Amino acid sequence: MGEHERHVYDVVVIGAGGAGLRAAIEARQRGMRTAVICKSLFGKAHTVMAEGGIAAAMANVNSHDDWQVHFRDTMRGGKFLNSWRMAQLHAQEAPQRVWELEAWGALFDRTPDGRISQRNFGGHEYPRLAHVGDRTGLELIRTLQQRIVALQQEDFRQHGDYEARLRVFAECTITELLKDGPRVAGAFGYWRESGRFVVFEAPAVILATGGIGKSYKVTSNSWEYTGDGHALALLAGGSLVNMEFVQFHPTGMVWPPSVKGILVTESVRGDGGVLRNSEGKRFMFDYVPDVFRAKYAETEEEADRWYADPDSNRRPPELLPRDEVARAINSEVKEGRGSPHGGVLLDVSSRLPADVIRRKLPSMYHQFKELADVDITAEPMEVGPTCHYVMGGVEVDPDTEGAVGVPGLFAAGEVAGGMHGSNRLGGNSLSDLLVFGRRAGLAAAAWVESLAGDSPAVAADDVTAAERTALAPFRDGTADNPYAVHQELQQTMNDLVGIIRRAGEMEEALDRLERLRKRAAEVAVEGHRQFNPGWHLALDLRNMLLVSECVARAALQREESRGGHTREDFPKASAQWRRWNLVCRLDATGQVSVDRKPLASMPPELLGLFERKELASYLAEDELAGLPEQPTGGGPR
Amino acid sequence: MTYSAHFRIWRGSAAGGSLQDFDVDVSEGEVVLDIVHRIQATQAPDLAVRWNCKAGKCGSCSAEVNGRPRLMCMTRMSVFTEDEAVTVTPLRAFPVLRDLVTDVSFNYTKAREVPSFAPPEGLAPGEFRMQQVDVDRSQEFRKCIECFLCQNVCHVIRDHEDNKPAFAGPRFFARLAELEMHPLDTVDRRKRSQEQHGIGMCNITKCCSEVCPEGIKITDNAIIPMKERVADRKYDPVRWLGARIGRRGDGGAEV
Ligand SMILES: Cc1cc2nc3c(=O)[nH]c(=O)nc-3n(C[C@H](O)[C@H](O)[C@H](O)COP(=O)(O)OP(=O)(O)OC[C@H]3O[C@@H](n4cnc5c(N)ncnc54)[C@H](O)[C@@H]3O)c2cc1C
Ligand code: SF4
Ligand code: SF4
Ligand code: FES
Repeated sequence: MGEHERHVYDVVVIGAGGAGLRAAIEARQRGMRTAVICKSLFGKAHTVMAEGGIAAAMANVNSHDDWQVHFRDTMRGGKFLNSWRMAQLHAQEAPQRVWELEAWGALFDRTPDGRISQRNFGGHEYPRLAHVGDRTGLELIRTLQQRIVALQQEDFRQHGDYEARLRVFAECTITELLKDGPRVAGAFGYWRESGRFVVFEAPAVILATGGIGKSYKVTSNSWEYTGDGHALALLAGGSLVNMEFVQFHPTGMVWPPSVKGILVTESVRGDGGVLRNSEGKRFMFDYVPDVFRAKYAETEEEADRWYADPDSNRRPPELLPRDEVARAINSEVKEGRGSPHGGVLLDVSSRLPADVIRRKLPSMYHQFKELADVDITAEPMEVGPTCHYVMGGVEVDPDTEGAVGVPGLFAAGEVAGGMHGSNRLGGNSLSDLLVFGRRAGLAAAAWVESLAGDSPAVAADDVTAAERTALAPFRDGTADNPYAVHQELQQTMNDLVGIIRRAGEMEEALDRLERLRKRAAEVAVEGHRQFNPGWHLALDLRNMLLVSECVARAALQREESRGGHTREDFPKASAQWRRWNLVCRLDATGQVSVDRKPLASMPPELLGLFERKELASYLAEDELAGLPEQPTGGGPR
Repeated sequence: MTYSAHFRIWRGSAAGGSLQDFDVDVSEGEVVLDIVHRIQATQAPDLAVRWNCKAGKCGSCSAEVNGRPRLMCMTRMSVFTEDEAVTVTPLRAFPVLRDLVTDVSFNYTKAREVPSFAPPEGLAPGEFRMQQVDVDRSQEFRKCIECFLCQNVCHVIRDHEDNKPAFAGPRFFARLAELEMHPLDTVDRRKRSQEQHGIGMCNITKCCSEVCPEGIKITDNAIIPMKERVADRKYDPVRWLGARIGRRGDGGAEV
């Protein structure tokens, strides 16, 4: 193994999206020599696509907002399955993280008094999303990218080398984590450009690899979303939690076919857009669940008044949490009230003047004009659900983001689980990236310091084995091509473990996954190692298949409907099931096992933020015993 | 509504290459990137191409389509006639790595040479106050998705490789303008815009603005005002100082 390129760092961050960059900045600011590794070019990670905004209770637009209200909304959105501690830290720290971006050069849209403007979003009680038009993710990633550059400039001044303490390894894919006993010791990967292998030695590794959407056919996610971090954690002995919860965003493009799945931001609804079926009816009024009934308008008139006067009116049902809206659209289409291409109609054209639409939603205007020949200032958009986000992820300690069971391994951002429970609110991901990215960087630095030089070592055999695995697809023969296996995987997950689930179908999915796994182990790729997408996909298949199996197994086991997991055969939420997390691991033979693990219970001061009546719709009888009748804090409800 | 299109895609590496011909199905609503992907999935699995968002947001899929620099994911097949051959070649101003993938590290090097944003000392996060009208101008430049199409098309480097060390290119003129116009930035980057970043070499042909997929008016809104400010500084420093008192000195050459 001596011939491989090797790098030694204190902290290696895998992923250069919001979470990875924020983690790297923190580790470097704590004096760690830090590497950031990513599959794409620097500044192109998936985070760049985020549109709507970053949720943070800064109370710039509505002074009633505070972290307790944000916490409450997050728990409601996640149907009380969230890690309460993560939800608390997130709500408390998000404002600081947003303000800090401004000090690094971000330019958010402003309020009339010159502060950061905040917009309404589904499930958020007050206008809470800091944004820049509908390109917030670009602003976030560019700001963090430029902060990294600023730190590199500092190093250049001090050491004459931009990369003395912080280096970005772009277009480099990690395929294995390396360990020394139970501890993490580094990572193994290849340069996409040359196909050459590279070994990173580091006592701390932070996974920030994002999501899994590329296992689904209709998705808003890019090719990067192959669940690499999820799979790497599993293979390294870590566990995944909440994998059955996959968010289908209610509004993806449906036409033309080549853009099916591309996101239509929720801001369209936050800024006044409404959903109609083929009969012209605002159907969302028929889909307000009991737990939310008191908070949502009952008439179109009231809903319309809310935009101007939110204090004395209730919000429109188009702004229910995403899982509710996605299911409603699904039902409308199924019952024959869909739009010509199998979606529903999302209309802003009759609600806002054309110039306001172009100013507030410039990239949506652009996207529909360029890709679908639709002028959203003059006609409605056709939209339908699209696989968007995975709530499930690496099981971590809420305060340090340390992966359970693997010392030295951390996870932050979409790859980590727990924070969002069974359903994520819009805008809560970008804030999650910043809050927990920073915390992971901090904890990784503390971990490295605590080792006091007792660093783990990379074993030569592990590197040889990693190399062998990576080269395996260059086999002779006429076996499957990886693109074919990938397409079947996507179809399987879309059809059988999608938005509405049934036991029989999930069992069938598991059978098919088993067969696909065998085929994936035999795929053959052509050409050589230099920038070869066929080879890259062949290696990604292992990860996608592992993660898909976790989703299917956990979904089959959870016999209730909650958030991003809807069972036709168990249509109601169960207070008993709410007490359990499902945790996936790999057993000694490499098989996925799923175990129940009790959810940590919320301390009384946080329970006290809710009315007992509301708690009663989530918790079991015995959990309610002893709780006060009236809420004990947290401003107006 | 499917038809068969004729594609000619440049394949090769730094050592050389050539156009290869493909006949491939095209369906309604598809973009050039869809077709390149179809070729990859069915005829040339090792065809190298960069992409990410497929929605014009990440700036990864830049290439030259029939000689015009474009985002492949935002170039609809309907702009070509059915019997027109579609030729896709890599960006010409940057060295080829493989097929449609080029080495764009030039741009990352230039990015590092621009002194970073520096807010006033003592202004704590959370205390920033800026009016929308004052951030509008810089926000226009922050729409940049770093597709580097403007860099690719600018003749100063496209036709003169030897200019590269002394010329940052339109993308970074926009970055300099963005910082210069940021209401709370304290660094003066005018001198170095001229001396280190080579803004004087731009002769305002506006080719960069024409190709920008974000519609950023690079020449009119960034380069010309920067040139004016540079001139202003040269000829009338007192007036400028009066207008922006309290700013730190020139960003200097050390970053
Ligand atoms: C279209 C769209 C719009 C959205 N809008 C919003 C919004 O408005 N508000 C909000 O809060 N959330 C939004 N989200 C969700 C949010 O954008 C994502 O959840 C979030 O950006 C994920 O960030 P991350 O840092 O976890 O990962 P990413 O930004 O996805 O980055 C992952 C990184 O890991 C790297 N990586 C992955 N695997 C490997 C490997 N094997 N080796 C090396 N590197 C690897 C990738 O190259 C990449 O750099 C949106 C999502 C989409 C798809
Ligand atoms: S306007 Fe200037 S920067 Fe833009 S392409 Fe022409 S010469 Fe280059
Ligand atoms: S300024 Fe426009 S053309 Fe240039 S890199 Fe940015 S988005 Fe691309
Ligand atoms: S793939 Fe992102 S801009 Fe084309």
